[in-house]
Amino acid sequence: MHLPTREQSGVLIVSVSGRIDHIASEEFTKALEPLLANCIPGQPPVLLDFSGVDYISSAGLRVLMIASRRAKGQRGVFAIATLQPLVQEIFAISRFNLIMPCYVSLDAACKVLGA
Amino acid sequence: MKKVCFWGTRGSLPVSLTARDVREKIIAALTAANGKSFKTPAALNEFVATLPFSTAGTFGGNSSCVEIINGAEHFICDMGSGARPLGQAKIATYGVPNPQTYHIFISHLHWDHLMGFPYFAPMYIPGNRIVIHGCHARLEEAIRLQMRSPCFPVDYSQAGARIEFDLMTPDKAHYIAGINVTPKLQLHAGDSYGYRFESIERTVVYSTDCEHQLDDLVEREACVKFFAGADLVIFDAMYSLAEAVSVKADWGHSSNVVGVELCQAAGARRLALFHHEPAHDDIQLNRLLAETRRLEQITRGDQPALEILSAYDGLTVTL
Repeated sequence: MHLPTREQSGVLIVSVSGRIDHIASEEFTKALEPLLANCIPGQPPVLLDFSGVDYISSAGLRVLMIASRRAKGQRGVFAIATLQPLVQEIFAISRFNLIMPCYVSLDAACKVLGA
Repeated sequence: MKKVCFWGTRGSLPVSLTARDVREKIIAALTAANGKSFKTPAALNEFVATLPFSTAGTFGGNSSCVEIINGAEHFICDMGSGARPLGQAKIATYGVPNPQTYHIFISHLHWDHLMGFPYFAPMYIPGNRIVIHGCHARLEEAIRLQMRSPCFPVDYSQAGARIEFDLMTPDKAHYIAGINVTPKLQLHAGDSYGYRFESIERTVVYSTDCEHQLDDLVEREACVKFFAGADLVIFDAMYSLAEAVSVKADWGHSSNVVGVELCQAAGARRLALFHHEPAHDDIQLNRLLAETRRLEQITRGDQPALEILSAYDGLTVTL
């Protein structure tokens, strides 16, 4: 899985796209690995741009939880933004919206994280 | 197999409505009535039927006990506190003496799945035959343990029924009174077992107290195969997915989200959410059901719809 990155307002924005189901979640884990390794104090916060993701399964959500937990353990900043409406519903139904920082837009996220 | 009756649907510990819960239901019903008057009992019943289940009913609080209605012999999954009303119903239906055979399938030996056995009235009736099926080597020991001093006033030896134990082999179909029953090992402290019941025309899967490791693709496939084409899957949906993979990881339970995914992959017809969290009230459980139906709808794609139910004490499902 290819995850293009760019910087905006001091935040590393990672574009994620497609379906993150039980098969893709393993690749998703591997693709996140180098980004998480750098998700530490002094490095830009990592923000996943989910605008291109049209489905995420329980396995994909678990990958996000582990990534978030790891970043927190390293005192890095890790967040998600711009969920499509259906993915947003999946987050709410699974209660992941309660344990993952989710922002409505990249600008809103950058305002908070890039400060 | 014709029907499935739920006698106990609560996880971990029996619960009951409190006075405050009842008061809130009355207030909700009267608020919905909004001053209406009802001239006949039929009109009143008609109005009550329009109320949400969380107002006009309750999910109940007995722990796991599910009956599969088949033929002459009785099939029961687990002996939680729901076994008490089940036993009373059997005595009321068949009277005494009227020897019956009961096949009881035990998922695991935790207390909430065994505690109803000493209150299962048919066990005290001479002439009845009770076969307790399971895969745990200590099955008989666990059943006897809770029926001796100081745990319980009536000793196991006082049982009037003939009680037999059948140690089953996981992943092997066992032909029992016209039904093929296949146990499957599940992830839970001390192990639990799910059961797949197959008759000529219907399949029911009872899968409670099971944690699903979401990164274990081999186990996922085994589970999909176990659920394949089932007319009804009774599934442990105790926690939200977020809880199940974070603060309650390794607690041995699953979520509504994983239930939907596995049933969709298995081409199952119906999913019954089961083993409800004791801390959840009727409003929360009703909301969980609505959300699970929505999840199924938005993730269905081109597949046939999966019907979602939330099991409650007293629910009967026609297969």
